[in-house]
Amino acid sequence: MVTALAIVRLRNLFAVVMLSGIYSLLMAVIFTILDAVDVAFTEAAVGAGISTVLMLGTLALTTEKETTPAHTPLLPLVVVVVTGAILVYATFEMPLFGDPSAPIHHHVAPRYITQSGQEIGVPNIVTSVLASYRGYDTLGEVAVIFTAGIGVLLVLSGRTLSKKGAASAVAETEAASDEGHHET
Amino acid sequence: MKHDLIPRVVSKLLIPFILLFGLYVQFHGDYGPGGGFQAGVIFAAAFILYALVFGLESARRMLPPSFVSVLIAVGLMIFSGVGFLSLAVDANYLDYNVLGHDPVHGQHRGIFWVELGVGITVSAVMVTIFYMFAGRGRN
Repeated sequence: MVTALAIVRLRNLFAVVMLSGIYSLLMAVIFTILDAVDVAFTEAAVGAGISTVLMLGTLALTTEKETTPAHTPLLPLVVVVVTGAILVYATFEMPLFGDPSAPIHHHVAPRYITQSGQEIGVPNIVTSVLASYRGYDTLGEVAVIFTAGIGVLLVLSGRTLSKKGAASAVAETEAASDEGHHET
Repeated sequence: MKHDLIPRVVSKLLIPFILLFGLYVQFHGDYGPGGGFQAGVIFAAAFILYALVFGLESARRMLPPSFVSVLIAVGLMIFSGVGFLSLAVDANYLDYNVLGHDPVHGQHRGIFWVELGVGITVSAVMVTIFYMFAGRGRN
């Protein structure tokens, strides 16, 4: 909480990146306390590790200081507070944390817990749900990551518009406009 | 950071263990926390650490970007290939039960290959994104 507030207040982006790494690490600790070890693992590796490095790489290309915004932050603040209040209001209808009669504990979770030992034979239920019961979802996620990688590759590599290709494209448009002139 | 002695020595000591831990998370994901996604990220982190300490050029010599971009597709192909393999032996897509002599064995085998595909794609994408961002200002 303190880390998040500091991230909002600070204008030095280097410190912001470091603090967001610390924030991710703290979130990973919370996930570990909640016994969600796999999620904590991902949060620590991606949030605190890779994204911090990528942010630093971006900072090296841009500036380290955030410019002061021209307008007052009053309207965004009101929007955020109202949305937050609505979301908090919505949680009152939800079952209490750890409530054994909550719907989520009665749909497919009991079958995963009781049957996956015989059906899949893998001690880590998270893995068996992720890779076997929800195989399609995971395939979709991998496809999303694949698409993201291809997108970054296409946008940032600059391989698509080589000098030769650009020159020939220019020549083609010139030829086309020439043809247009002849027709008129 | 090329001329700093301490990061060089420490990262040289650490990188083999990071890679080993990545492999452990990859192949032990069935029994403990972890799996393909986490392992891929850890594996990529080892290469990114190498690139940060020893320079982008030496990292590119060790792991050429063209090779990495091929690996992105290879991972997804392994995953979907497992699905087509189970289609080929008259079962539903991504149904691992038929991949072994009994269902549990088949599930083990299917999960192993699927997680391997996830790991390869994730680590290749992470390394690619890092290459792209880090190499941006130079050319």
